[in-house]
Amino acid sequence: MRMLRSIDELRALHDRLIADHDASIPTIVIPAGTCCQASGANDLIRLAKRELLRRKLLENVHLRITGCHGFCEMEPSVLVEPRGTFYPKVAAKDMFRIVEAVARGEVVEDLLFADPRSGKPIERETDIPFFKGQVRTILSQNEKIDPIRIYDYIEVRGYSGINKALNQGDPSWVIEEVKRAGLRGRGGAGFPTGLKWDLLATQPNGTGKFLVCNADEGDPGAYMNRSVLEGNPHSVIEGMLIGAYGTGATEGVIYVRNEYPLAIKHLVIALRQAHELGLLGERILGTTFSFHIRLVRGAGAFVCGEETALIRSIEGKMGEPYQRPPFPVQKGIHGKPTAINNVETWANVPLIMTRGAKEFARIGEKKNTGTKIFSLVGKVRNSGLVEVPMGITIGKIINDIGGGPAEGARLKAVQTGGPSGGCIPAKKFDLAIDYESLTKAGSIMGSGGMIVMDENTCMVDVAKYFMNFLKDESCGKCFVCRKGTQRMYEILDDISQGRGTLGHLELLEELAQAVKDTAMCGLGQTAPNPVLSTLRYFRDEYVEHIEKKRCPAGVCRALITFSINEKCTGCGACMRVCPEGAIFGEKKERHVIDPAKCVKCGTCKSVCKFDAITVK
Amino acid sequence: MITLTINGLNVSVEEGTTVLEAARFLGFPIPTLCHKEGLSPYGACRLCVVEIGQGPKARLVSSCTYPAEEGLSVRTASSRVIGARRMILELLLASCPQSKGIQDLAAAHGIHRQRFKQEHEDCILCGLCVRMCEEQMMAKAIGFRGRGENRSIGTPFDIRSDVCRLCGGCIYVCPACQLRCTYNEPEKAICGACANLSPPCLEKEGFDDQLCYMDPCVACEIGKD
Repeated sequence: MRMLRSIDELRALHDRLIADHDASIPTIVIPAGTCCQASGANDLIRLAKRELLRRKLLENVHLRITGCHGFCEMEPSVLVEPRGTFYPKVAAKDMFRIVEAVARGEVVEDLLFADPRSGKPIERETDIPFFKGQVRTILSQNEKIDPIRIYDYIEVRGYSGINKALNQGDPSWVIEEVKRAGLRGRGGAGFPTGLKWDLLATQPNGTGKFLVCNADEGDPGAYMNRSVLEGNPHSVIEGMLIGAYGTGATEGVIYVRNEYPLAIKHLVIALRQAHELGLLGERILGTTFSFHIRLVRGAGAFVCGEETALIRSIEGKMGEPYQRPPFPVQKGIHGKPTAINNVETWANVPLIMTRGAKEFARIGEKKNTGTKIFSLVGKVRNSGLVEVPMGITIGKIINDIGGGPAEGARLKAVQTGGPSGGCIPAKKFDLAIDYESLTKAGSIMGSGGMIVMDENTCMVDVAKYFMNFLKDESCGKCFVCRKGTQRMYEILDDISQGRGTLGHLELLEELAQAVKDTAMCGLGQTAPNPVLSTLRYFRDEYVEHIEKKRCPAGVCRALITFSINEKCTGCGACMRVCPEGAIFGEKKERHVIDPAKCVKCGTCKSVCKFDAITVK
Repeated sequence: MITLTINGLNVSVEEGTTVLEAARFLGFPIPTLCHKEGLSPYGACRLCVVEIGQGPKARLVSSCTYPAEEGLSVRTASSRVIGARRMILELLLASCPQSKGIQDLAAAHGIHRQRFKQEHEDCILCGLCVRMCEEQMMAKAIGFRGRGENRSIGTPFDIRSDVCRLCGGCIYVCPACQLRCTYNEPEKAICGACANLSPPCLEKEGFDDQLCYMDPCVACEIGKD
């Protein structure tokens, strides 16, 4: 790789790459993020490679391995360019047929995505309802880029954002542009990014400022940042470069959790390539601007996603938060001014530069501009990553893009914002998604987790699950957060076991409020949210657990019994799988469950084909 | 100098003063457990919370760690503060009922019951001992490890630390577990509290339970067995 010595050389490289690329040659695109690999993408890649070699098609058909495209429900998938043909859930045996069809310029009709409503096949990715409802400004790049090839990124106008910023020659213009775009932090709190940069740029002790990319994504069921890092690491690096130019920072740190090996691998490669091309390091693109980025791997503590704890962790100390003020932007890593932004925020910055602030602000709402990536999971038909404009309603995401409930059951609530977010009931699904509305409804935007729940989800159990997570992940420094989460879990456990009293509810609320009020950091202050929001919207479920000793969703084991109803045909399937031998009965006669032996594991219900197991 | 208002009274303090120091200077009592003069503020026990700000932006912060700011309005005993403090004390009482210090504070705040399941823990993890060891004794023999419910204080690998001088400073500052032996296994002993006890531990009742198991005991120099 030859080092680029000027802004013009970068532009020339881009032009040359465009000229060399023949877009008419069909390309097989196989997404291979961590999620895709788990569902078998590696087999598809191997088979596709072998088939292309065997048929000597390397000249006529290209293959591109990319990061995740977002439609995780349909993984492993294959996309064929330039037509945009989308093949969902491709089995290994079908890969040959796809390669053959691509070589002939045909489409394999029976492997196409079938519209869930009409059953008709849909060929193009962009026509599938899941993709149609989204505005994919960030995620759309994932399918165009092989994350380990910097030229792929430059070809799709990558690094033209920093080019434009350097060309302007005025750092304050960069900050003003980000301010005009109205970009707000995508990590959850929604602090205006331009303002944060302005504060950093105007810090009095000016030398050795830090920029940090917070990639310590730890919410259960959320993986937006991972997909961006795996699929498009250069967008984050370019975002940080632009930020560094605007704020005068000289050191960059990407703090990524060690549980993301593929993201780390791609980042390491991307950083090396950017260095080799002269886009990182000293005298970038022949200018006087210098910036270095290093990678710090987190050891897996949830609390290290909190700014001050993250700084401690980068310094090599124990990851626990400390009092703000002084804010990180005044005194951060090693006492130097530090600005911390989320992965998604950084990935948005190049877009602002290349598209212009005005164009960027056109998406979304007035005070909530741009798009937001959510990881839509839970009891929804199309789980995956969705990128939508801010201000879209929850109902639209779940019903139109998500395809509605997965098992036909009635939807009950959606949990946003990770463990310290809250549950929003189905009757509020017309709520617009922006920072203020979600906070008002008792939840938070968070980094973008969205867990859909239906009538088979017990809200007490949900609150208990999150409290269990938080009592393990609280750093333990503040007494109220450490003991408070333990005690809340204890009370919720009592309620789910049928030992709860109405006094418990009162105590739970009082305790939750105290923890919210007195904890030091964001984690502690939001930790009671799962309890407070479920109490606010689903109090009757708590009361039913306490007064009637009944779990309406049939989840809390201590409060439910399994029995066999008259639909039983006596097939014996349940009897064979019961681990405790608690089911008896003659062939072709109705079976019975011995309640004394039953451990309520639910295995019988999962194998019964006749819906003959009743859970009450 | 920075001027702030505490409970309606103006006070001017030097830059770098904490809200707690400013309030105590005016004579407003704020209870603390994890705070000690001469040790850096930590903000672990949260008992010293005070209310700052106005209207919907009013919030509680720990006064021991919050720096005095120009024009700050502080309330040290609003109903929100007292409510939160009482809940913290109830939690403390539920975990460490034996501590005289906690009992006294609870009594002073009119707490007559605690509604949680009773526990009998010795340590509230306020970290005074850790800071004492590091900042005053320059030893760093003990520290925190683990997080959440697994957090605890001890020496690395739970063996007696080479840098521990058995000074007993950690026990001396402990607000919860006064005059208690930290470990009952000699190889894990981290304190020399028995040396500073009066009367020495040998003369106390419940010899086997209370004695520190260091061998030989630094107080009486009698080898066990």
